[in-house]
Amino acid sequence: MTRILDNGNGACALAVKAANVDVVAAYPITPQTSVAEKLAQYIGSGQMNAKYLPVESEHSVMSAVAAACAVGARTFTATSSQGLLYMHEILHYAAGGRLPVVMANINRAVCAPWCLYADHQDSVSQRDTGWMQFYASTIQEIYDSILIAYKVAEKVLLPIMVNYDGFLLSHSMMPFDVLDQATVDKFLPPFEPKWKLHPQFGGTFGSVAPADVYAAYRREMAEDFENATDVIEQVIAEYETLTGHKNAGLIEPYRCEDANVFLLSMGSMASEMELVADQLREKGIKVGTLRVRVFRPFPMKKLAEILPKDATLLVFDRNTAFGTGGGALLTECKAALYHRKDEVKIAGKIVGMGGDSVATDVMVPIALQMLEEL
Amino acid sequence: MAKRMGPPLAQPTKGAGGKTGDWRSSRPVVNHEKCSQCLLCYVYCSEGVIDKNQQIDLEYCKGCGVCETECPKGAITMEKEDAQ
Repeated sequence: MTRILDNGNGACALAVKAANVDVVAAYPITPQTSVAEKLAQYIGSGQMNAKYLPVESEHSVMSAVAAACAVGARTFTATSSQGLLYMHEILHYAAGGRLPVVMANINRAVCAPWCLYADHQDSVSQRDTGWMQFYASTIQEIYDSILIAYKVAEKVLLPIMVNYDGFLLSHSMMPFDVLDQATVDKFLPPFEPKWKLHPQFGGTFGSVAPADVYAAYRREMAEDFENATDVIEQVIAEYETLTGHKNAGLIEPYRCEDANVFLLSMGSMASEMELVADQLREKGIKVGTLRVRVFRPFPMKKLAEILPKDATLLVFDRNTAFGTGGGALLTECKAALYHRKDEVKIAGKIVGMGGDSVATDVMVPIALQMLEEL
Repeated sequence: MAKRMGPPLAQPTKGAGGKTGDWRSSRPVVNHEKCSQCLLCYVYCSEGVIDKNQQIDLEYCKGCGVCETECPKGAITMEKEDAQ
């Protein structure tokens, strides 16, 4: 294990190199660009034995990696914002095809108007494509999540999107630990699917299915998706044991032992919320924070277990679920806690849109006002 | 436990889509005297219903006419099926 200093995109590219990925396809978009550049450099200089496909659009990117995955390659791509939106059609194909593609999405606001900064609207808009979604809050966690994602995806046979905030994580430096190649190889053996698109197996892939067959495929996909929660927890535990890297589970709690007010959020904003909790504790309020690391599958059971009786949950969304009175996290939390609606109070607020400030001087008054209005 | 579906794969089999020859509005007719046995019709037939002796399985031939277009000798002509 070596401790180095790099930014989030650098950490992401290093993890992809370590994961022995076979095929990378990418199309540049801010703030993802340096991931694509780094990987092209690794492959071009022979440090990474993979095929790099510089295709003409994100739609082609996802088509290329899904197809490569179908023939048995371990694949990677990265994108942001409009690029992710352009992939939308093939995101469904990859998931329905049960292809364990792993991609990084560097969260950025979507048009219009045009904005380059951190916002979760891009990935939250892909919520129901059948992709699992992780959200990192540190650069170490970006590195760890990429490796964990490959193992989970290849076990469950569903794709994973590792999300991290544009610029706040992608372009800021933090020290983090990089694993020895031998340790990574032990954790992540080569991808050997039981089936691949190959004459040895025959058949046609993703062709027409009559209603009953289609329904059976989609039902199985939904069941496997639900069951992935357990697989994710197992793989994270395995990663921790093997590497010694302490990793958050589905939800990361902070100062929650005696708390009755909980600030829930995801991504880098959750680190800011820990400071907000500290300041609110100085005012005598028992505040803790909950960071959603795995947004899909949503850790419904876990959330319901964590919250004590008479808890107040303040949910902070960096996205809008139009027409629901809040963001996606708020609607998810309400659904997860419906059976406890008489004992848990929930309020939500949309903050940090397009990289808007979520610093303590902004967030502490917002949290206080929300508590007052409840 | 129910049988797993796994990846969405299909194993195409003869006749899985019914007797698709019913769809035909015109049929290929081979003039064996003109035929040079080049086998282009055998290669190009998208339904795989022409064998190496230019015998055509009319139960499954949809009458697309690719064989007529590809035949360099003009040995295949599409003839209208009788109206029912």
